[in-house]
Amino acid sequence: MSAHARRTTLRDTAPAVVGVGSLVAFFLVMEALVQSGAVNRFIVPPPSEIFMSFGRVIVEEHVFSRFLQTLVECLTAGIMLTVFGVAGGVLMNRFKLLQQACETWVAAMASAPIVLMYPLFLVIFGRSSWTIIMMAFVSALPPVILKTIEGISGTRKVLVNVGRSFNLSTYQQFWKILFPAALPTIFVGIRLGLIFALINVVGVEFLINYGGLGQLINDLAERYDLAGTYAAICFVILVSVLFFMALEKVERWLRPVD
Amino acid sequence: MTSSNAILTADHINVRFETAEGPVIAVDDVTFDVKQGEFLSVIGPSGCGKSTLFNVIGGLLNTHQGTVKVGAETINGPHPSIGMVFQEESTFPWRTVTDNVAFPLELTGMAKAHRIEKAKHFIGMVGLNGFENRYPGELSGGMRQRVSLARTLASEPKILLMDEPFAALDEQTRLLLGDKVLQIQQQLKQTTLLITHNITEAVQMSDRILVMTYRPGKVKRIVDIDLPRPRTSEIVGSEAFGRYVAQIWNDLREEASRGMRDEEKHVMDEAP
Repeated sequence: MSAHARRTTLRDTAPAVVGVGSLVAFFLVMEALVQSGAVNRFIVPPPSEIFMSFGRVIVEEHVFSRFLQTLVECLTAGIMLTVFGVAGGVLMNRFKLLQQACETWVAAMASAPIVLMYPLFLVIFGRSSWTIIMMAFVSALPPVILKTIEGISGTRKVLVNVGRSFNLSTYQQFWKILFPAALPTIFVGIRLGLIFALINVVGVEFLINYGGLGQLINDLAERYDLAGTYAAICFVILVSVLFFMALEKVERWLRPVD
Repeated sequence: MTSSNAILTADHINVRFETAEGPVIAVDDVTFDVKQGEFLSVIGPSGCGKSTLFNVIGGLLNTHQGTVKVGAETINGPHPSIGMVFQEESTFPWRTVTDNVAFPLELTGMAKAHRIEKAKHFIGMVGLNGFENRYPGELSGGMRQRVSLARTLASEPKILLMDEPFAALDEQTRLLLGDKVLQIQQQLKQTTLLITHNITEAVQMSDRILVMTYRPGKVKRIVDIDLPRPRTSEIVGSEAFGRYVAQIWNDLREEASRGMRDEEKHVMDEAP
């Protein structure tokens, strides 16, 4: 292997090596702190204990079916908030009266603790996945709407004028210019929305003690099985990682460059 | 000031804007025509209404009085016979060079293979062979303007309307791109209307130059440029070229000074 090829390989792999290395170093430091008694093991279990509990959580707590349930709830909420959020943003941008009338309320909703409304959703949808999905959907909708409006209205005027100079219809102007120009900003909104959705899905599962990983975390925490609780949290992180990887693929497919 | 063999006619164009300080007459009774295959430049100081005129002729501004005709047809909006190249960078960043240039062909419903083949022809014409699959973000400013030009040419307009397309570029690139535009114009016998504030650029390329006054923008004079064709940027060193530049600058100096004084007064008035 030439020196140049070696340098290139090193440059390509270095971020991954440093990333994994930092994580391993963090676990080793935590292990040392807990084992030495500097950190109370009844608050933070040693990482080795968490790793050992993975097998138990997977087999005894049926983690995969719970993982799947949380994933499906997130996916459903994600699809709903993308469809309704983007459509809402487009409509509000198109009809200025609607935007002027509603934008402040939508912005206010974005920072409101909507999760506190879960008793109302329980009454409406019952103790079911729909309560969880609808809570996640409603909480995560505002950033998608707001970012869609921002993306479309932020399209450079000259691009709109290019469309006009080619005599594009309103439909063509939207699909060929406004929407692709706004996509990066819309995806920022969808990413934010998905973060809100995931927090709400797991949070409401925890609160109403129903369904997937949130309920499992609740069960394990109440049994004071801290190693198991942290292992279950790792699966929540996995859901998040899978979601964002899939979203990045979709974004690259829709718009190959920034 | 109009003739019977004109392909484009602007007849008594007036544009007035309402501003906080009262009405502003941007374009005042401008009449001219462009003949088939002719290269006409409109030159004037900043604020003389050149870009407003560009928008009126391109059909992007409908608040004017007077008529714009393509042949005998009066136009009331963007017209397929007029292809516009804008001053600002206007390529679509999410499309490759080929897809950008093929954009107007896509709108006509042309089959993909055919439009790609045709787009490549125009990409070659602006000298961007080898960059077909690049995105605009990977190109220089001059290359991006050439993509915009190729995209407009791909729609095969009867009249090419350009608003200071090289204003953001350095002088050397501007001269070389001027050569490219001249070469294309001569190859396609393309009727071209160029809006510019650059005297060298206007003399280098035009058959006629319409000089505008500072606000309100009126036609001050139309100068015939009697320089031999085909031309290249080498012509800038000739004595005749220098004479034309001096003559037009003579016309423009007073207008540009008036514009500068007006701007200074405006700043002084706004100062606390």
